[in-house]
Amino acid sequence: MKKNLLISLKLTLVLILLCSLLYPLLIAGIGKAAPNAGKGETVSINGKVVGYEKIGQKFADDKYFWGRPSAVDYNAAGSAGSNKGPSNPDYLKTVADRIDSFLVHNPGIKKEEIPAEMVTASGSGLDPDISPLSAMIQIKRIAMVRNIPEPTLKALVETHTEIPLAGMFGPSKVNVLKLNIALDNLQQKK
Amino acid sequence: MTNELIGVVFMFGITLLLSYPLGKYIAKFFNGEKTFTDFLNPFERFIYRISGIDPNEKMNWKQFLKAMLTINLLWLVYAFFLLIFQDKLPLNPDGNAAQSPDLAFNTAISFLVNCNLQHYSGETGLTYFTQLFVITFLQFVSAATGIAALAGVLNGLKEKTTENLGNFWTLFIKSITRLLLPLSIIAAVLLVFNGTPSSFDGKDTITTLQGDTVQVSRGPAAAMIAIKHIGTNGGGWFGANSAHPLENPNYFTNMLEMIIQVLLPMAMIFAFGFYIKRKKLARVIFGIMTIGMLCLLIPTIISEVYGNPALQKMGLLQPTGAMEGKEVRFGVVASGYWSTVTTIISTGSVNSMHDSFMPMSNLMQLLGMMINAFYGGCGVGILNYLIYIIIAVFISGLMVGRTPEFMGHKVEAREVKIAALVTLLSAFLVKGFTALAAYMVAHHPDIAWSVKPSAWLNNPSYHGFSEMLYEFTSANANNGSGMEGLGDNNIFWNITTGIVLLLARFIPIIGPVAIVGLLANKKHIPESPGTLRTDSWTFGMMTFAVIIVINALSFFPALALGPIAEYFSLK
Repeated sequence: MKKNLLISLKLTLVLILLCSLLYPLLIAGIGKAAPNAGKGETVSINGKVVGYEKIGQKFADDKYFWGRPSAVDYNAAGSAGSNKGPSNPDYLKTVADRIDSFLVHNPGIKKEEIPAEMVTASGSGLDPDISPLSAMIQIKRIAMVRNIPEPTLKALVETHTEIPLAGMFGPSKVNVLKLNIALDNLQQKK
Repeated sequence: MTNELIGVVFMFGITLLLSYPLGKYIAKFFNGEKTFTDFLNPFERFIYRISGIDPNEKMNWKQFLKAMLTINLLWLVYAFFLLIFQDKLPLNPDGNAAQSPDLAFNTAISFLVNCNLQHYSGETGLTYFTQLFVITFLQFVSAATGIAALAGVLNGLKEKTTENLGNFWTLFIKSITRLLLPLSIIAAVLLVFNGTPSSFDGKDTITTLQGDTVQVSRGPAAAMIAIKHIGTNGGGWFGANSAHPLENPNYFTNMLEMIIQVLLPMAMIFAFGFYIKRKKLARVIFGIMTIGMLCLLIPTIISEVYGNPALQKMGLLQPTGAMEGKEVRFGVVASGYWSTVTTIISTGSVNSMHDSFMPMSNLMQLLGMMINAFYGGCGVGILNYLIYIIIAVFISGLMVGRTPEFMGHKVEAREVKIAALVTLLSAFLVKGFTALAAYMVAHHPDIAWSVKPSAWLNNPSYHGFSEMLYEFTSANANNGSGMEGLGDNNIFWNITTGIVLLLARFIPIIGPVAIVGLLANKKHIPESPGTLRTDSWTFGMMTFAVIIVINALSFFPALALGPIAEYFSLK
């Protein structure tokens, strides 16, 4: 017993050194060579950081493409999903309200056309992406608000659509922040 | 949807391809044969020397367990004290507070036992110091404990008659130096270059394009996320676990994290075959486990792709499936695959929120954890399967009227009793404690705990019951995933799940080690035509049937009250 305890104590110290100190330091060191030195990739406009590439942002204004509903209101100090079950009556009411609000802001769009992810909260509350379909569906609204022809916007969404990994694996998606920055640039150029 | 399906098939294929040679390699270093990692020999000898370990010492099953339990107890105390004093320790750039004693009790146990149930959110509940010195540390050593326990059992099975299960210390250390650490370094580097943070900078404050001011939590997460999956631990750096865009930035990292969490559980099965020189038995076990996995996976994917019937009724088409709680970059198929895998192999990390899955998928997740032996956790998966084998051997023996035997040893009353107790323990813990929780909600909703029982459940009715059942099932399976709507950071859940975690970790390890220790001591009976062949597919199906029957008998009533009832109410 005493022998085991002594070994345990010494071995624990060695392993703390190895697994909790040297290993993370090694990774942090290698991380210095990664984009933005392993601090998370940022997106800047004129040298001013406006966001993290991978962290979704809240877009409530009609002139921007919207992202998905978020349980943490896109404040990345924390992260969470809604954790609402599929049969929860309050949850179904929330979704119905989101559908109504989407229809009000997007005249000319029918209920059946709304992709489910635009009215359901993401897992992290920070989902940076929407599906290409969800971007296309908002073109009519943005064209109206910004006075840009619809084909121009359609082309913009298409250039910002990221195809599946290696062209084969997983879904296509659009990064909402990058799309909206490109949208702002489009107008400045005019 | 096709691309999403191809992605999943590809992930499974790659895992299979990698796990076979890895299994061979594991068998070699367990056995002390030459491997390409022998350059680590001097380093390991150095560790033995300063820790006072005699690498040539042989241990019988009792000595083996004593060594294992002693060091585990030490880690528990160490982790607990660091967590309750974390606010006074360095590396706390976000100024996070200390954990309450009951939360620290739960967290320390949870990570010690390789479960990683989290009653806190990583962004606020821990400091960088405790993330690394408690969480990451325990993720390494708990996985290595499981692997060493398996190696001990294999040593017992390998020899005809032996007292010797090997040396716990050397098996344990080698599991880290030869397996967990090298694999983690590779995975962590890949994560870092795909956008997972690795620096020690604290929260950042930014003004968004629209003009909101928000904060972004960060930290040296990549190192921890790698071992979290390699060691089938599952506890996340961030609250949303691998649904968080920094913890799992894109489809490639999703594949990576998915592959590395199944890698060791699968490789262990092959290692088992190579090490005890019964490759056919390993193949049969692997086949049965894969069939079991598919039985859980296929209904999950179908119901997630179909979407939520309640939303369908509202007139919403769901071309991308049931997206509540899921991320666009993964899609529903990869999320469904993840949810199945993470529940059968006891990782418990998530890339989507299990609370928002369809009832059919919840049922599959719960079954995966209740059975807990389709691949199973790092090392312990096979130990759980071994218990089912012992029971299957016993029942088949009764059916054909022969003395049950396993690998040339008579299986007698004592071994069967241990196996039966280990099996019954799950049913007792899960149902007993769920009943207690349901009783508190129904009859004492206003007790002044930090979260009142009336506020525990995030969803009413059947789904609320599922949340409680899930929590104890997850604790009992040492899984760690949760239906996270449950308000679980209060003294009731912290203490009760803590107790379940401890019992459900160590008894299912002690049980098989003891069984094998006892079996290995007996006289070896050479195989004859009259021997029940445990490496035949017939016996494999027998084991599968035993698994289904035991779990159906144990859990069907509870499942009927939760996901099954919800399923029918949604139709």
